[in-house]
Amino acid sequence: MKIAVCIKRTPDSESRFKIAASSAAIDEAGLKFDIDDFASYAVEVALQLNEKQGPGETVVYAVGPDVVQETLRKAMSMGADRAVQLKTDAVPYDGLAVAKALAAELESGGYDLVLFGKHAFDTSAGIVGTATAELLGVPCVTAASKLDIAGGKGTARRELEGAAEIVEFPLPAVVTIDEGIARPRYPSLKGIMAAKKKPLETKPAQLGPVRVTVKSMELPAERAPGRIIGEGAAAVPELVRLLQTEAKVL
Amino acid sequence: MLDFYNIDSLLSEEECAIRDSVRQFVDERVLPIIGKCFVDGRFPKEIIPEMAELGVFGANLPEEYGCAGLSNVAYGLINQELERGDSGVRSFASVQSSLAMYPIYAFGSDEQKQKYLPRMAKAEVIGCFGLTEPDYGSNPSGMITMAREHKDGTWILNGGKMWITNGSTAHIAVVWAKTNGDTSDKSIRGFIVPTDSTGFQAKDQKGKLSLRASDTSELVFQDVELPADAILPRSGGLKSPLMCLTQARYGISWGAIGAAMACFEEALEYAKNRIMFDRPIAGFQIQQERLADMLTEIVKAQLVSLHLGRLKDAGTFTPQQVSLAKRNNVSMATDVAREARRLLGANGILAEYASMRHMENLESVYTYEGTHDVHSLVLGQAITGLSAFK
Ligand SMILES: Cc1cc2nc3c(=O)[nH]c(=O)nc-3n(C[C@H](O)[C@H](O)[C@H](O)COP(=O)(O)OP(=O)(O)OC[C@H]3O[C@@H](n4cnc5c(N)ncnc54)[C@H](O)[C@@H]3O)c2cc1C
Repeated sequence: MKIAVCIKRTPDSESRFKIAASSAAIDEAGLKFDIDDFASYAVEVALQLNEKQGPGETVVYAVGPDVVQETLRKAMSMGADRAVQLKTDAVPYDGLAVAKALAAELESGGYDLVLFGKHAFDTSAGIVGTATAELLGVPCVTAASKLDIAGGKGTARRELEGAAEIVEFPLPAVVTIDEGIARPRYPSLKGIMAAKKKPLETKPAQLGPVRVTVKSMELPAERAPGRIIGEGAAAVPELVRLLQTEAKVL
Repeated sequence: MLDFYNIDSLLSEEECAIRDSVRQFVDERVLPIIGKCFVDGRFPKEIIPEMAELGVFGANLPEEYGCAGLSNVAYGLINQELERGDSGVRSFASVQSSLAMYPIYAFGSDEQKQKYLPRMAKAEVIGCFGLTEPDYGSNPSGMITMAREHKDGTWILNGGKMWITNGSTAHIAVVWAKTNGDTSDKSIRGFIVPTDSTGFQAKDQKGKLSLRASDTSELVFQDVELPADAILPRSGGLKSPLMCLTQARYGISWGAIGAAMACFEEALEYAKNRIMFDRPIAGFQIQQERLADMLTEIVKAQLVSLHLGRLKDAGTFTPQQVSLAKRNNVSMATDVAREARRLLGANGILAEYASMRHMENLESVYTYEGTHDVHSLVLGQAITGLSAFK
């Protein structure tokens, strides 16, 4: 199968974030960037599908400046066969603009399947995958927690509140991947060496118009320090009173 | 870890990627379980397959044997990251790579290499290295383990080894023995001894207060019959096992940095968050000096090992240079671990924190692979031309 996986480079989710001087972005100084978690699940799914189904090709795409080459190289060290960078100075916030660049490139690629993470950690918008499907005119399944392909058809499982659904769709298709579907493999040391020799192509990104931008960002308010109001059963009446009058949760 | 001296700029992109991949593995697979493994006195065997998949075993040996064919600097960084987890985990990998695979690679026949190395890279075959004996530690040339050759070229092995890492886990032991009644160290040869051979016994060494998450065993050989192809044909004299130790010690010089980094990071985090006298203890001069000393020593050690690795890659390094790095870096790490433990106050004695575990582990590392003192003598001889050994 020919599978494309579109991956984003995002900061490590366990970083301590600060807002940049512009107040409309996070301060990137000192942050460690890597392949987005959801995108890494998508890469793993693609690799497993091609390993199971025999000869195929897994191609990874990223839109962005040259730093995304490191992210693409990581996906290749996990096992992707080749990579394409759609070069821009910066990744626009507007997901549709990014989807236009990807769709323009993927259209002629002859892919059976195009995978995305269900959303990227940095924006949590989840637009690029669905918009790309729409632009390509192919079916789209979002947030798949299981994916099987057989006889030119796909079956995906989606987790709902208190239930799950199994959906069917013809190929080619776009599927966005939920966490937990498959544990992403560590890039093996051999894989890292092999990735050096795999092709990484760079082309200008044909972005769509950018219509949505971030105006400002806010961090959650600092939590007030805790307070000890007493110990054991004797403290319960006071606790109940404060939960009612101060915290207003009872 | 704070890269205060921008040492990453001296590494290639692949070297950084290799370090990061092993780092992620250690963060996710080793750190969550290792404190309990240490307390329980158990080596976490369950992580072996994934380590093999990553490709850490024999990582600097050639690809034709199923290994990753990495540079020695990359190999060093792997050791650093593994020991950032635990010295026991790094010991497992060092023994498999430098003390079991390397002698087969360096002294084995083509058949032996083909037979063992690819399976050892996958950890389907686990090895150990038997040199030390109960009465011959720093002075292995005195060993009494003896192999005698039968007329048909097969061998019979008698004797015993002590303090053998992976001894009870291993499928094969690379055993160093004198041969055919000759008690000089020139007769020492290496043998590949399957651990299921009749007369081979491995006994777990109980009561360790260090390297508790590592298998350390005593080996006994009682009339162990070995086939003719058990001998490593190109091994000869004490020099052969010492060559293996040079490989392993090189990696240990990096590993010790990893343990020190873990302790430094833990101490720094703790110092920033522990409030005493109404402010973080990191704000007090004594703790700042502690942290400054730790970081300074770590940076120096990193530069020593990195340069040594480049020399090794260029093929120009000497065993004496390795002695300097092992001696300095392990001693540095024991100091850093102890200072970190102290900075943590009472919490520092808990297995929930890493510093005391590293501190205890590093006492083994200080002693094995040539004690600190023995490396002083090696350096002393290199400096003065006078041997203090004889
Ligand atoms: C956890 C652990 C794992 C090990 N794993 C292995 C393994 O896998 N394979 C293996 O073969 N061995 C292994 N060893 C053994 C290790 O290599 C030896 O313990 C080491 O070589 C020291 O020998 P020894 O313990 O007999 O100490 P000794 O040689 O008895 O030394 C005792 C003390 O005397 C000092 N000393 C010795 N000679 C001199 C001298 N000439 N001048 C001044 N001081 C001197 C030493 O520095 C030390 O302080 C392991 C040890 C440990 C603790």
